[in-house]
Amino acid sequence: MSPKTLYDKIWDAHVAHEAEDGTCLLYIDRHLVHEVTSPQAFEGLRMSGRKVHAPDKTIAVPDHNVPTTLDRAKGIENEESRIQVDALDKNAREFGVHYYPVSDVRQGIVHIVGPEQGWTLPGMTVVCGDSHTATHGAFGALAHGIGTSEVEHVLATQTLIQKKSKNMKVEITGKLNPGVTAKDITLAVIGETGTAGGTGYVIEYCGEAIRDLSMEGRMTVCNMAIEGGARAGLIAPDETTYAYVKGRPHAPKGAQWEAALNWWKTLFTDPDAKFDKVVTLRAEDIQPVVTWGTSPEDVLPITGTVPFPEDFKGGKIEAAKRAIEYMGLTPGQKLTDIEIDTVFIGSCTNGRIEDLRAVADVVKGKKIKDGMRAMIVPGSGLVRAQAEEEGLEEIFKEAGFEWRLAGCSMCLAMNPDQLSEGERCAATSNRNFEGRQGYKGRTHLVSPAMAAAAALTGKLTDIRDLI
Amino acid sequence: MEKFQKLTGIAAPMPLVNIDTDMIIPKVFLKSIQRTGFGKNLFDEMRYNRDGSEVADFVLNKPQYRNAEILVAGDNFGCGSSREHAPRAIADFGIKCVVSTSFADIFFNNCFKNGILPIVLPQEQVDLLMADAEKGENARMTVDLEAQEITTSDGVVIAFDVDAFKKTCLLEGLDDIGKTLQKEASILSYEGKMAQERPWV
Repeated sequence: MSPKTLYDKIWDAHVAHEAEDGTCLLYIDRHLVHEVTSPQAFEGLRMSGRKVHAPDKTIAVPDHNVPTTLDRAKGIENEESRIQVDALDKNAREFGVHYYPVSDVRQGIVHIVGPEQGWTLPGMTVVCGDSHTATHGAFGALAHGIGTSEVEHVLATQTLIQKKSKNMKVEITGKLNPGVTAKDITLAVIGETGTAGGTGYVIEYCGEAIRDLSMEGRMTVCNMAIEGGARAGLIAPDETTYAYVKGRPHAPKGAQWEAALNWWKTLFTDPDAKFDKVVTLRAEDIQPVVTWGTSPEDVLPITGTVPFPEDFKGGKIEAAKRAIEYMGLTPGQKLTDIEIDTVFIGSCTNGRIEDLRAVADVVKGKKIKDGMRAMIVPGSGLVRAQAEEEGLEEIFKEAGFEWRLAGCSMCLAMNPDQLSEGERCAATSNRNFEGRQGYKGRTHLVSPAMAAAAALTGKLTDIRDLI
Repeated sequence: MEKFQKLTGIAAPMPLVNIDTDMIIPKVFLKSIQRTGFGKNLFDEMRYNRDGSEVADFVLNKPQYRNAEILVAGDNFGCGSSREHAPRAIADFGIKCVVSTSFADIFFNNCFKNGILPIVLPQEQVDLLMADAEKGENARMTVDLEAQEITTSDGVVIAFDVDAFKKTCLLEGLDDIGKTLQKEASILSYEGKMAQERPWV
């Protein structure tokens, strides 16, 4: 048998039908659903008199529109947001899928809830009408975002019509230096490959620095595979993965655990398997990074300066000009001189317990800069509860942070958590697009530790100066 | 789904690279639970001022491009989120074909589900089409899906590739779900096999 990549193995294990031209029906093990991209899909089922094929493999949770303020039990003020969340509630109950309503302590961002509840397991196929589904690849699951038509297709058939992507290997050799995190790895890779560098590929992340990451860190890395243009990101499961999964509510137990483990242990790329593209970075070369522009590929080490548009080539020159103007920066300006008025810590990229611990380590016993608006939004109700149990809540509050309830919040600003025109935010989220966090808002993507540092100093700050 | 077969129309040039889904349809318009009506908010933040008036120099506001049916765009068009509202807004505006050097994967797939033909071409050919689009309303291009050819206003013919299955679906306006359900026996047999092999799933 010819050697296979991890992606090849998972793909082969899920082909329910293959046509002569290579078009496959790929079986979907887990379908995650949120309120923004599903209402038209459920409506489509209703219109054609179809049912959800596998309600037991379908998990719904509202996250994009939910308020994160402590008074959210009183309901959602914005009518359209409320209608969307209500529609999910109605659809989830009517079609009988697993459901975590806003009032449930387990509610949170769909990509944090899935792994937390043990829905996401190695070797699975996982989809959701959300591009950051790539997160689940951290478990060695083939996980990617789909559009609403495809959501309806998966609801009705539990399959997707797919053609196989190409294989790309991203290897991070060696060990990270202090102050450098999973977020810096994933941003540095995008800085290297560009936002279209992964287009047409599924990325497998490997190498010592990836192996050394916790599951939280691996989820951060895979989460942003989509910003690199890849269909999905994958990390082969290992003892770290099994330890995280074991005992979770929906993880297999007893004899089934043993059977599952036996199969999971076969999920790795065979020696000599062929990759269509290989990118290698040395962990030692990765520094704490920050984005300066309006594309996630606009990445520079924090020690750098705002680039000149002429430094780029082709269409990127105009894009850089536009980005520098939008961001209100001056070419040549030191990144550490950029003043920040808002800090957002949260999102499916960096809203897990380890991210909050990293923030607490930086801000413990200190105060955020006067006038700074700094918000911590845990990724789920359970992350919030754990942070409180560990005493992190006290540290955050004493430092001057707002301590919110779980949701997507200011990552995409569909709820009231938004930037105003001209406000500048250090954010642990995943996209710095124009208007992403609010009309004319300005976003600099950073790691949780770097966001915490910016909250203290009021400027983009090299975390290494504070440790 | 509406069929796409052959189209002769005005092409609008948008050379900016990395046009993302937040630009195509800002999230404030994702709150609708309807399937239609997104066209008026296509490129909303680039197209309108805060008071709702039009930004005069935005390409689709220019008189010669208001009825554009083809978009010639910079690299990595449609990057960002999975929101199908993006291709829906494009289709709702009246654009049925987008040409670029590359597209983001999810956006690319979503186009086909909404009767839009996304065409990937090498840089030189996109440059040529961009220059043709710059000529405005007198320069009409023809996109022929059956023949897999674009003909510029000057009569230059450019061939393009398209996945055979996706091509058939567009040409015939086929509903994917109906087609897949014809293979339901394969799905059920796969499920039966997996219940034995991987019962924990």
